Amino acid sequence: MELALGPLLFNWPADQTADFYARIADEAPVERVYIGEVVCGKREPARAGALAGAAERLERAGKQVVWSGLAMPATRRERVATLDMAGAGNGLVEINDATGLAGLGGAPFVAGPLLNIYNEDAASEMMRLGCVRVCANVELSLESIGRITAACPGLEMELFAFGRLPLAMAARCHHAHWHGLTKESCRFVCEQDLEGMTVSTLEDEPFLAVNGVQTLSNGLQTLDLPVAALQAQGVTALRLSPHLGDMVRVARLYEAYIGGRMDPSELRAELMAMNLCGPLVSGYLHARAGRHRAGAA
Amino acid sequence: MELVCPAGTASMMRAAVEAGADSIYCGMADETNARNFPGLNFTPEELADAVRWCRARGVNVLFAANTFAPAGRVDSWQRSVDAAVKAGVHAVIAADIAVLAHMRDAHPDTRLHLSVQAGAATPEAIGFYAREYGVKRVVLPRVLNLTEIAELMRGLAVETEAFAYGGLCVMAEGRCALSSYVAGRSPNQGGVCSPPDAVEYRESGGHLAARLDGLMIDRYAAGEPAGYPTLCKGCFRAEGRDSHLFEDPVSLNALPLLGSLRACGVTALKLEGRQRGKAYVARITAAFRAALDGGPSNSDLLSGLAEGGRETSGAYKRGWR
Repeated sequence: MELALGPLLFNWPADQTADFYARIADEAPVERVYIGEVVCGKREPARAGALAGAAERLERAGKQVVWSGLAMPATRRERVATLDMAGAGNGLVEINDATGLAGLGGAPFVAGPLLNIYNEDAASEMMRLGCVRVCANVELSLESIGRITAACPGLEMELFAFGRLPLAMAARCHHAHWHGLTKESCRFVCEQDLEGMTVSTLEDEPFLAVNGVQTLSNGLQTLDLPVAALQAQGVTALRLSPHLGDMVRVARLYEAYIGGRMDPSELRAELMAMNLCGPLVSGYLHARAGRHRAGAA
Repeated sequence: MELVCPAGTASMMRAAVEAGADSIYCGMADETNARNFPGLNFTPEELADAVRWCRARGVNVLFAANTFAPAGRVDSWQRSVDAAVKAGVHAVIAADIAVLAHMRDAHPDTRLHLSVQAGAATPEAIGFYAREYGVKRVVLPRVLNLTEIAELMRGLAVETEAFAYGGLCVMAEGRCALSSYVAGRSPNQGGVCSPPDAVEYRESGGHLAARLDGLMIDRYAAGEPAGYPTLCKGCFRAEGRDSHLFEDPVSLNALPLLGSLRACGVTALKLEGRQRGKAYVARITAAFRAALDGGPSNSDLLSGLAEGGRETSGAYKRGWR
């Protein structure tokens, strides 16, 4: 079972981004790091330098770097960047929109969790186009994942295993909207909330988080099943999504879990002691509402 | 422009056609379509009757199988489109690559439309679906403004269909799991958003609370009209301030923009609302028929129909985003 670090979904300042990846390169027990701006093309120019530097540093440290593309490219610049990234010569890339699929030149790719691959026939079509790994859409249950891997021999299957879940994308920037601005005039207000802006009901029950044009869950996904149960359904890698706090420690906890040195309830207890930005959830894995608490069976 | 109208039931279909629809769209009474509500949609036999009835009047039936098949159950979606092709529908509207691939392989001669749920919003994405699956028409995601639609249309080899009236997704269609996160089912998984059986209205402290699976989505003062608790139109709290954070409870109305949509080269206009009944579909169809025929403006027909009583031109106009 491989550990992978997912793309950074939040709009962190360039310095903080560089520092974050430097520490991941030096200390985190992850084999693969997805890097790139997935959420908003407007953030791209300010972070490009930090991400390119981070990619070099991660590679020097022996990590496999996989560039991850925009989930909703729209402007000409974003579309061209998406096509360029998908094209040959960039090594393995993660595609998050059909725009990227159009740019594939037969090179191998990862189908990201924001592509709608819900079943074995769709996964087979992706394989025909060169897909070597699917990171499961977050709505998929473990049973569904097992059906896909059983029908698609050779397909690697990555599971979103830690972090606020990417639930929705929009053309409107909710962050800007909340501040009385628009996407065009956003002043990059999303950088004020480094793990997203928590959204609660009128009864003060937090349940979502706004991250620019993206809406995340308030709860953080984790796994409340033995690692053997994941392997039995063909899961070959776990994705940890970057958050504030000690991601190296998160990676070490999942490493111990994968290695059988920590059971799921210990993993939960250790994570909960870390002052996370929301409760731990796992509902989707069990074909229930995604917000269902982890370990609540 | 072709006027494409919703038919949740056979009586809605007849009302739409009598009011001037060029095409109607409908789905099978199961989770293969994105309006999987009790009492709506067609059996294979009803669909065959509907096709015969429409054909006799020169109206096309577009068949929506626009949800995503769960793993292990793709055969249900295949059976659904097989039955629709057998019934003689004019086109199948699909979003799932599994369904598109089945249409390509099993029914290459049946016209294929790309559902809005596929979220194809760039010329490259649309080109991908046209090249790989033979898609002839794309239903445009409600994320584009008029300038972008005009640019998108330049050099596009497929037809386009644009939403003109009805419910408005704030999130990109086909890319929203808010409903399954809260209530276990979503448009992609189960064909329903904010599922009706999870909705509850309860009075307390002089207010009426609209809840979804127990979660308060909005709260109304006594006498205030209560809306349906669609997740993205709810009233929520962020950093101590209450607001309709994602979108107000509004409906899309692009009636004033028909000229611009025509100038962009849009092939067809789509009206939303398979769940809204025959009186509703008759009125919206008549209003758009009159506008398309260049007759006197008849927007009075639309008054009082909008969700929450208010309308928006949505993403079509700059500034919405």
